[in-house]
Amino acid sequence: MKLELKGISKAFGTFYANQDIDLVVEPGQIHCLLGENGAGKSTLMNVLYGLYEPTAGQILLDGRPVNFRGPGDAMAAGIGMVHQHFMLVPVFTVAENVALGAETTTFGGVLSIEETRKKIREISAQYGFHVDPDALVEDLPVGVQQRVEIIKALVRKAKVLILDEPTAVLTPQETDELLDIMRQLRDGGTSIVFISHKLREVKAVSDVITVIRRGRVVGDAPPTAPTTELASMMVGRPVSLTLNKDPAAPRETTFVVTDLTVRAPNGTTVVDGISFDIAQGEILAVAGVQGNGQTELTEAILGIQEHVTGSVTLDGKELLGLPVKDVLGAGVGFVPEDRSVDGLVGPFSVAENLVLDLYDKAPFANGISMNPSKVHEHARTKIEEFDIRTPSPNAAAGTLSGGNQQKVVMARELSRPLRLFIASQPTRGVDVGSIEFLHRRIVAERDVGTPVMIISTELDEVMELADRIAVLYKGKLVGIVPSGTPRDTLGLMMAGVGPEGGHHGH
Amino acid sequence: MSAATTAPRPPASGSAIATAERPPLKVPIALSTLSLIALVFFGLLGPGQTAEMRISDPGDAWMLPDLLIPGQAGGIVLGVLLLAMAAYSVYLWTRGERSPKWLPIVFTAVFVFALLVWIVAGARQPSISLAGLIAGSVTLAVPLVFGSLSGVLCERVGVINIAIEGQLLGGAFTAALVATITGSPYIGLLAAAGAGALVSMVLAVFSIKYLVNQIIVGVVLNVLVSGLTGFLFGTLMVPNKAQFNTPGRLDILPIPLLADIPIIGPILFRQSIAGYLMYIAVAVVWFALFKTRWGLRVRAVGEHPQAADTLGVNVNATRFWNVTLGGAIAGIGGAIFTLVTIDSFTKEISGGRGFIALAALIFGRWNPIGAFLASLLFGFAYNLQSILGIIGTPVPSQFMAMLPYLVTIFAVAGVVGRSRPPAASGIPYVKG
Repeated sequence: MKLELKGISKAFGTFYANQDIDLVVEPGQIHCLLGENGAGKSTLMNVLYGLYEPTAGQILLDGRPVNFRGPGDAMAAGIGMVHQHFMLVPVFTVAENVALGAETTTFGGVLSIEETRKKIREISAQYGFHVDPDALVEDLPVGVQQRVEIIKALVRKAKVLILDEPTAVLTPQETDELLDIMRQLRDGGTSIVFISHKLREVKAVSDVITVIRRGRVVGDAPPTAPTTELASMMVGRPVSLTLNKDPAAPRETTFVVTDLTVRAPNGTTVVDGISFDIAQGEILAVAGVQGNGQTELTEAILGIQEHVTGSVTLDGKELLGLPVKDVLGAGVGFVPEDRSVDGLVGPFSVAENLVLDLYDKAPFANGISMNPSKVHEHARTKIEEFDIRTPSPNAAAGTLSGGNQQKVVMARELSRPLRLFIASQPTRGVDVGSIEFLHRRIVAERDVGTPVMIISTELDEVMELADRIAVLYKGKLVGIVPSGTPRDTLGLMMAGVGPEGGHHGH
Repeated sequence: MSAATTAPRPPASGSAIATAERPPLKVPIALSTLSLIALVFFGLLGPGQTAEMRISDPGDAWMLPDLLIPGQAGGIVLGVLLLAMAAYSVYLWTRGERSPKWLPIVFTAVFVFALLVWIVAGARQPSISLAGLIAGSVTLAVPLVFGSLSGVLCERVGVINIAIEGQLLGGAFTAALVATITGSPYIGLLAAAGAGALVSMVLAVFSIKYLVNQIIVGVVLNVLVSGLTGFLFGTLMVPNKAQFNTPGRLDILPIPLLADIPIIGPILFRQSIAGYLMYIAVAVVWFALFKTRWGLRVRAVGEHPQAADTLGVNVNATRFWNVTLGGAIAGIGGAIFTLVTIDSFTKEISGGRGFIALAALIFGRWNPIGAFLASLLFGFAYNLQSILGIIGTPVPSQFMAMLPYLVTIFAVAGVVGRSRPPAASGIPYVKG
């Protein structure tokens, strides 16, 4: 089926999320929509899927204009969508989720779920999905949940499948599997609209790339186009994707972790006897698939985990057992992995968020009273310095874009003289332009002589920033390797295979 | 590890490392404590009299002998039985298994029976009619069942219904008024359903269309209906009782032969139309919720409205009509007060039963059958209180009057464990 969008505009009040967009998706093609977070890709697809009504413009299927009043119409016309945030009912089984909205029933609307089970097994076998129709969705790993979403679309005989940022929640292996599935579907004749801002994936799988910036189409590009060209089309200015950092000049080793073990409340060991050290002026990046003990490791260092044994010393001083405030007082800067949960207070203003850990010290406090003008002044300097795009220092931090929120957290943590800087997922959900900036700030912190620890599940980021790379698997340290280690070796280490070929873990 | 996914409920992202977890100790501990209490107080320190429980009524098809249970010995036997069940639960826990679902239910039943023996054997006149006790419990439970079904329908679709009390009261008043005017309790029953639906529609409109906090709308509705019916009762019904407040009763329609079976006859086969409707309603609501297309969509709307919306289900319309239907069912429940229990309306006749129905719905874990069983338990507590008042127990009557509420608190505080409401309950749905 050929899908055409002609002059689509979508306005929210006076703000145009999409303006005059033309797009043609040929049958049997993977067509990528490339753009930064907030460029209007998702809005466009929601218009196509009938969730939003376009302010202007037309949608044509095989040359015939269509008018969708809701997702039901779009599905009936053969359009399926896998949303970035999965639209699955967690307490339903796979079969119930797939059946919902397209139920097969017998007399009187009585469900015959067996029919749906059969269809799921067929599709699952055809594409090698390995999905059990009777499993509860909440018990499934994210990658499998995504396949359920794809099955949902296929059961409805989707001819055009929209995938909205499908790799955002996946591990590298799951991502590769998904790209394979997409190719299979394309070869079977399904058109795919692939929304993403990750250049490597886009180049790997697309047939055509359309770049969108600030709600407008910037242009088309072939998948063979150089990465830097795509990136600058996306951001609207030349960006350098490779970080030109000087080689590390490690000095004295001041941060030492010895035999650190963390037990979860249910008694399982989540960090298992880890030892490493970081020198001043060096970046150690911790790689690993999400959920292999990274969170617990950083939280143990910061003092917000219970049941920790071993030793963590900074400048010769033991940090374990100290209250969080004292750990911070020892000069630890910490960027948590989830800024919206642990990094910011959403309804507080940008200015307030910038002094969350400094509010009680001079010059921001004077006895029991705070000094608002100093807080403001501080905010202005930091907004300037970190290029935080906010309407004013008084804007609620929660209203900023992901990249700007992350800059607020980073600006706050780098406001003090640090003895150790820990950043967990420093650029998750951050646009390309900001990534570059944040990476530079991290390297700058290294260059003034702070030991830096980065935790990231993005292998690209790890390879970009690290002077040394530590890989975690099932709570154990698989090994620490130099920064030039090839991608494949690191990938194997992330699956528990040691750098010399031995198998770690259980 | 919170940021792993953006799915509504991320599956335990630490599962790569997690090993088998021990089941909670709550059930074994609760059962052990209760069984010890039963053994000591009902058994070892039990009353010396023999409790007499009549099983058959004179009109029954055949007569069963009375149940005679010596207070102390009976208490000890039952206490040991309870202890055995508690021990089984502890044994399962040591093996890392959960207690089966039936265990707490059977345990509760035996415990209640032991309590009954203890109280009756300690009474001035140690004799009660077991048949009457059970039949009366069901009668008292009927409005609770209808009320809690209303709650199930509303909460399953994502709207919290605190207004059950108002729906019951509105139904009770309307049933009395309309039945008197038309001279037919059946028309009164229908009108009660309409009144309940009307109260519910107000809840639906305010909570779904105007996104007002559902709890607040519910509470306000309760006060509104209470005030309105109180006013009309005082100005209309009190001065003109014959004209407006003599509805008559719904006829009892016994099913021949079956109605004469001891104990279950009166419960199942000697009911008014409203009583039969209750059984039908429980079965139909359960089947519809879990076995039909309608039910799948309703539950999806209550759990993840956005998902339902993206699959072409009209979330707010589904919510509106479900809440309205719930109100109609609660209205029928209200009619029981004025058309079955007694034959006239009085101020505040529902007396807080709507809130107990709410508790029954939670205790019953948002399941129609669970809500039904929970309502029966609360109905039993109400009836026990009144019967024990008659036979004269050593327990002061004020404490007996607390019984239904004590049972409610214990039940809802989670004797059986934490229950999980529909995820989107109480959250208005706004597109986009």
